[in-house]
Amino acid sequence: MKELKILGVVVVFTLILYWGVEPFAHSQMHKHVEGHDFKYPDLPALKVKGNAENGKALVAACVGCHSIKSQGMAAPMDAVTSAQTYGVNPPDLSNMGALLDEKFFAHFLLDPAKVTKSKHFAMPPSAGSEQDAADIVAYFKSIAPKEISPKEAYETACGRCHANRYDHWTQIGEVPKTKSNIKTGVDLDALAFKKKVGIYENKLADYMGKLPPDLSIIIRARSEQFLETFVEDPQSQLPGTAMPRVGLTKEGYEKVKDYLEKTGDPSKPKREELGPWVIGYFILFAFLAFLWKKSIWKGHH
Amino acid sequence: MAHFDENARPFSHKWLNERLAVDTLKRVLSTEYWIPKNINFLWAMGMVLAATFGLLLISGIFLLMYYQPNTQLAFDSVNYTIMSEVGYGWLWRHIHGVGASVVFLIIYIHMFTGIYYGSYKRGRELIWLSGMLLFVLFSAEAFSGYMLPWGQMSYWAGMVITNLFSMGGLHLNGLVEWIRGDYVPGQAFLNRFFMLHVLLVPLAIIGVIVLHFGTLRIPHVNNQDGEEIDFEEAAELYKAGKVKESKVIPFNPVFLSKDVFVMGVYFVIFFYLVFYHFEFAMDPVNFDPADPLKTPTHIYPEWYFLWSYEVLRPFSTNIGLIAFAFAQVIFFLLPFLDRSPNVAPASRRGLFKYWFWALLIDMIILTFMGKLPPEGIWSTIGLVAALTFFGLWIALPIITSKEKKL
Amino acid sequence: MANNNGRRDFMGKALGGFTALGGLGALYAMKRTWDPLPSVKAAGFTTLNMKEYKEGQLVTEKWRGKPIFVLKQTPATIEKLKKEKPDDLKRLIKVGDAHYTVCIGLCTHLGCIPGFRPEEQDFLCACHGGMYDITAQVTKAPPPRGLDIPPFRIDGEKLVLGEEGPEYKKMLEDGITMPV
Repeated sequence: MKELKILGVVVVFTLILYWGVEPFAHSQMHKHVEGHDFKYPDLPALKVKGNAENGKALVAACVGCHSIKSQGMAAPMDAVTSAQTYGVNPPDLSNMGALLDEKFFAHFLLDPAKVTKSKHFAMPPSAGSEQDAADIVAYFKSIAPKEISPKEAYETACGRCHANRYDHWTQIGEVPKTKSNIKTGVDLDALAFKKKVGIYENKLADYMGKLPPDLSIIIRARSEQFLETFVEDPQSQLPGTAMPRVGLTKEGYEKVKDYLEKTGDPSKPKREELGPWVIGYFILFAFLAFLWKKSIWKGHH
Repeated sequence: MAHFDENARPFSHKWLNERLAVDTLKRVLSTEYWIPKNINFLWAMGMVLAATFGLLLISGIFLLMYYQPNTQLAFDSVNYTIMSEVGYGWLWRHIHGVGASVVFLIIYIHMFTGIYYGSYKRGRELIWLSGMLLFVLFSAEAFSGYMLPWGQMSYWAGMVITNLFSMGGLHLNGLVEWIRGDYVPGQAFLNRFFMLHVLLVPLAIIGVIVLHFGTLRIPHVNNQDGEEIDFEEAAELYKAGKVKESKVIPFNPVFLSKDVFVMGVYFVIFFYLVFYHFEFAMDPVNFDPADPLKTPTHIYPEWYFLWSYEVLRPFSTNIGLIAFAFAQVIFFLLPFLDRSPNVAPASRRGLFKYWFWALLIDMIILTFMGKLPPEGIWSTIGLVAALTFFGLWIALPIITSKEKKL
Repeated sequence: MANNNGRRDFMGKALGGFTALGGLGALYAMKRTWDPLPSVKAAGFTTLNMKEYKEGQLVTEKWRGKPIFVLKQTPATIEKLKKEKPDDLKRLIKVGDAHYTVCIGLCTHLGCIPGFRPEEQDFLCACHGGMYDITAQVTKAPPPRGLDIPPFRIDGEKLVLGEEGPEYKKMLEDGITMPV
């Protein structure tokens, strides 16, 4: 019984120590930001209902800058030229209806800079009235695929500013497979691609003020709560940041998070699979060791 | 001249005995290495430490196979190659990271057990000193290992800690650059800390572990009551079959069987942390690659260095460094600052009892404050706790010399 | 006392056996750590454009980090082989209208790179004197067999190394080359 008492003292002090250096210290270090579940309460509800047919006609203006690949509309310029023109490559719009919050999307079309809370947003206001905005949104919702993959969500929502080198993703697309010259070891295609990425990144850094970070392992570098509230509203966590509010729905954010987890914490499923076996093994080990100890100590007390 | 039986079969018991004295070795090191019976599970922490060191060694060997000590490649070799490509690489890394943190918890438990039961006195001074040497070596090992993933915390910890060697007002900047091999922590720095981490420091640790075991052999292990045991007499009693009456047990298998059980329980907790609760040992900030142009908002050492960091922090540069140096060496002096002849648990030692708990709680408070931002009330508490720390060590010789002999 | 000893031995052995079981698990994890990385395995594909090669000129390519000899045979060589060594023809890979020798350029003896001798129309391994003919079939010991042919798949005018096409599988069945 005395041993249990000693164990109790050790455990209590260990837990106090843990509480102080982990949960307590982190609660003091990081300001607490309350999330709004990607509902965007600062934006008023839409007063009108959108009509996809009307929206289709209005979208003709969008494709001056954007592509809608799922509808067979290609981008007017390649990624690097776009960045040289606008500072960043305008996104493909095929999946927007599936990823963006409806209310956010409509208000965004009316006043992009205000709604994204980004000081210098390249896109000009693109809808004349709330009705037009609602129609355009309705159109994009009508063409949105039912199911989009985590990777597609990342590409559309994050991938034009944030590379993900652990998944061979650059801001201008996948790193192509190239071959070096057998005699010299020089891979001209790879160098050419690197140069294109370099030009794009320089332009992007000028546009944003700094180069947006590679997100390969961001899932382990930031807490879940931080990522969620930051993506919902970047200004809430980093006042003054150039990152725009993207306007994802909750489901859209979950997709992006899935992708970040896959590139940044790929061992998670393996840990969860192996963990119970190893822990079970040592529970049984401790039990057998206890029986052995009992048999050895018999007659000693 | 030793006698060798020509007819002994090679590798037979007799053959080995003549060449290696295996029977004697076994007797001296295990079956007749006597341990007091009057002990509790805290006496198993030594073997738990040895086992944790073993885990660190094995996981380290496998991490070494794909780690790249290069400032351009180190971060991705750890976070990409080892974590996602190498078979079970993530397991070795988590064991290594969690092990590095947990080993300090066990070291502290081991140390405070020694302080509580007075196991640093009356012939056991060298046990304490070699143990403290191990503490310093483990600290060096932990710090050098922390550099290797080359994340933001690696870089800035490397910057801050090496700057300590400028000795504040002495401005020994040349020494700092000599340690780094560069003006800032760079390639030379990473390479030499890699060498220290995987070769020099572990070699020294293994050597001092052997010394630590050696220092135990003659004074023997202490017991729960600080009782002086006549080990030879008790051993005779044990060997005569009076195991119940004897005050001692052999290391193998009796003491070991209890150690193994404690280790089993420990491993359950350890692997729970490895699989499900490793964040405490793998700081998120270090998952951002090193950036020499941007200091993270909050920088702090790993939890086991926080108390000595906090001793440094509330003071101006020079006083802080002196305070820090004091904190680093003062534990070495414990056997000589404790003036009482009593070897007994703190609970029976009058004022020392309060001194022990005050020291423990003060160090926990220092640890808390070391991680919090040094602002407002936290700074004040930190300063008071640091001053208390010095006060306690100054008071130690006084209160122990007044202690009544038991 | 004897009874107690028996129980003690049994428990000791049970614990020892269980520990050994855990050790085996750990050994498996260690073995997996030594395996080639997935990226290394995935990089084991090389596509050769067979049109680019000139008759009678040996070109060295790289596959899985190993040198690959590619030699486009001249019609004269083919005629000669038909008469003198018809079996060796089976070692050649036909892409389009031309026949090629495509093989791993490492001596099957101990892995040195044999040198091509255009005048003699053969390969000589300088390390231990092994010799191969124009189709890389062994002609002089110590090498035990001709140079190994890497797994390949014919894709129009291209040859994909690292994938097993029907022509390669047939070569394996006929014992012309060995799995690598």
